[in-house]
Amino acid sequence: MEALLFWIFSIIGVTCGGMVIWNRNPMGSAIYLVVTMLCLSGLYALLNGAFVAVLQVLIYAGAVMVLMLFVIMMLSMRPEGAPREGSMPVWIAAGVIGLIVVLRIGALFDFGRPPDAVDEFGTIQGVGALLFNTYVLPFELISVLLLIAVIGAVILSKRDAQ
Amino acid sequence: MISISYYLWVSAWLFVTGAIGVLLRRNALIMLMSLELMLNAVNLSFMAYARMLNDMGGHVFVFLNITVAAAEAAVGLAIILAIYRTKETVDVDHLSLMQH
Repeated sequence: MEALLFWIFSIIGVTCGGMVIWNRNPMGSAIYLVVTMLCLSGLYALLNGAFVAVLQVLIYAGAVMVLMLFVIMMLSMRPEGAPREGSMPVWIAAGVIGLIVVLRIGALFDFGRPPDAVDEFGTIQGVGALLFNTYVLPFELISVLLLIAVIGAVILSKRDAQ
Repeated sequence: MISISYYLWVSAWLFVTGAIGVLLRRNALIMLMSLELMLNAVNLSFMAYARMLNDMGGHVFVFLNITVAAAEAAVGLAIILAIYRTKETVDVDHLSLMQH
């Protein structure tokens, strides 16, 4: 059952991830990206990460993608032309990146099955206890980052007052 | 029970997809979406390793990563909107004002 769900989620997720960059229309890309996020959320759930799976749906598929769709609808875009001239080096760069990642992952190929999950693994209680004890400083710093992002977004999107 | 390596393969594949998207596409919005794809691939790696090591620290890092990605999306989209307002385009090939 787990294997079946894994293959369903990963195949749909990877296919839609490819469609994100294949699609000519940003709106279509955004919809495919939402599907990828949902499939990744399913993979997190398979990895006993219930809390993060919920967060993924709420924040990524919910908040971030709504923001993206909102901006896409505000802009009226001309269709993108053919890939830029002299795009050969770009293909080479992409191939090199792919090779690096594949080699890196391939070197680690014999991980085998994961151990049995400990109690409270990935639940809100477990992650929350860790978040407010061991990782409380990053947690507080991230709120400062969010504040900066809010102020920055407001200032950037404000029209000049003249 | 499926091996952790498979999750890492999916993560690597998604990361490469995002990298190729950033390199090949010229629409700034789609480049931003490819960035999100790469961030998600990294998150999947974190989750897989957290499961393998039975350590929930990875989940905390994914939590922080999602927050950073949300902040990045908000600021990035604001920048794209500001660019669109002045240049009437989001095609990065046309944004070469600072190029010598």
